[in-house]
Amino acid sequence: MRPGDRIFKNLSTGAGIFVVALIALIGIFLLVQAIPALGANEVNFLTSRIWETGDPTHLRFGILDLLLVTIYTSLVALIIAMPISLGIALFLTQYAPRRLARPFAYVVDLLAAVPSIIFGLWGILVLAPKMAPVSQWLNETLGFIPIFGTGNVFPNYSGTIFTAGVVLAVMLLPIITSLSREVFERTPTAHIEGALALGATRWEVIRTTVLPFGKAGYVGASMLGLGRALGETIALAVILYIPRGHFFDWSVFDGGATFASQIAANYAEFNNPTSAGAYIAAGLVLFVLTFAVNFAARTIIGERKAD
Amino acid sequence: MTSTLSETERLASPPAFQQVSTGRKAKNALATVLVWLSFLIAVAPLVWVLYTVIANGIKRIPYTNWWSQDFGSVLSDEVGGGVLHAIIGTLEQGLMCAIISVPLGLLVAIYLVEYGRDTRLAKVTTFMVDILSGVPSIVAALFIYALWITTFGLPRSGFAVSLALVLLMIPVVVRSAEEMLRIVPDDLREASYALGVPKWKTIMKIVLPTALSGIISGVMMALARVMGETAPLLVLVGYSAYVNWDLFGDNQASLPLLMNTERATNSMEPGSVGFDRIWGAALTLVIIIALINLIATVVSRLVAPKKK
Repeated sequence: MRPGDRIFKNLSTGAGIFVVALIALIGIFLLVQAIPALGANEVNFLTSRIWETGDPTHLRFGILDLLLVTIYTSLVALIIAMPISLGIALFLTQYAPRRLARPFAYVVDLLAAVPSIIFGLWGILVLAPKMAPVSQWLNETLGFIPIFGTGNVFPNYSGTIFTAGVVLAVMLLPIITSLSREVFERTPTAHIEGALALGATRWEVIRTTVLPFGKAGYVGASMLGLGRALGETIALAVILYIPRGHFFDWSVFDGGATFASQIAANYAEFNNPTSAGAYIAAGLVLFVLTFAVNFAARTIIGERKAD
Repeated sequence: MTSTLSETERLASPPAFQQVSTGRKAKNALATVLVWLSFLIAVAPLVWVLYTVIANGIKRIPYTNWWSQDFGSVLSDEVGGGVLHAIIGTLEQGLMCAIISVPLGLLVAIYLVEYGRDTRLAKVTTFMVDILSGVPSIVAALFIYALWITTFGLPRSGFAVSLALVLLMIPVVVRSAEEMLRIVPDDLREASYALGVPKWKTIMKIVLPTALSGIISGVMMALARVMGETAPLLVLVGYSAYVNWDLFGDNQASLPLLMNTERATNSMEPGSVGFDRIWGAALTLVIIIALINLIATVVSRLVAPKKK
């Protein structure tokens, strides 16, 4: 092999290995930095809901509340985003006029180009006041259902999980849509034509061919969306209100903090290495969580491709 | 001659097509409405967000001092000043991030397409690139914090932000470059080998130029995306209201960080100074992102392989 070839091959292979090592490095560095703080922690890291890191000599921090709020907010967002994304993907692949399908898809993709801080500010300053009456109505008429019960912030106050979930759902739309669209597009034409020949209506064609064919891809896409939702930082840090001394209680009208928003909201405490360790520990849990979700999503999508 | 068909014969043969029942028709119509509705639901917030940014942001940006001054000389609740300091920070940090992640990402893509094809390592690399693209930006920021600031003991700086952005940009560059390299026809490579050109020269002179237009647009999209990131800025650099060109030391502003700082320190009453500054900065950021996308389109058109 010529020297030029050897250098180039080693360089590019090295870059590949570097990316693989990067994931491991992230985990290792976060773990090493988190250990001292975990050692100094005076409450149980996994089961406590308290988060007090202001005094480095008396660290008290547990992730239970963060974990619950993170998952709950993401699920609220996913429940709103999943059916809408499915509708958009079907619209773009099956309903939109051929000539307009690409421009329409581009419009949906534009949502992904909006910086998340702009979504956050729009959510709290513009959307939230408009949502207050809806929240209040839900709380008054359906308040007997715990999830619409009175939370730890007023329903007409804007910084609730409900507001955050709606904004987050908007941010998830382009992610779930683009992947589902790709899968739906690959439905074999023979299946569609077969169903049409049997006299199926357009909806029946979709129900009997497109949906069964694309189901795994759609589920995988939604899980990617979930991974994104779990890690979304600044939009939630801007929107969610953290009530002092009140913990999350399963109402969508609760306030609170997710892993990511808690870290982002308290960057001032990063001047102290021990306190920073508490946040790094929380970040490590978030990393493991998103890793697991993305791993599962990619496995589902990968299996589909192999068919 | 259709009239030969007798009345009885016609009745005996079943109709070729039966009317679709009302129930099925209704379901079909409902599905159509729902599907159209969901598309409109997605367009509504996009239009609403853009309207908000433009309508509220337009107030300050027509003035030259918005583009030529910083906020250092004005009080936080005083009208005036501009976002030059934040524009400089945004562009510097983004550019530094691109300088590191573009060669690295390109090399990974070249490895995957030209050298690794279907090897075990290539499969692992592809998978890890996918996983990396799912790493939350705040986790990337914490990693750089743990590496750069705690372990190496270096100060918080714009450069540390660039490093965190690299983690977010690499997967996007790899995915788009990989896709572009894959569609370069093998005939081109084989023709080059047949002429005795070494493989690395084939890649540099034949494969990359062919794929260049697609790669450029992918890189620019990725760049535009990381420029809007906020989370790493919070952890890795402090806000400064003054122009600071130094990427390696001291606080440095950028547009997202400026927006977050104003939000945290200033009143957000509509029409107040803080409110105007936030939406002005948001519009400036959107303009920069749109410009980058525009440049990407133009440049990639220019370098695209000529068709006939």
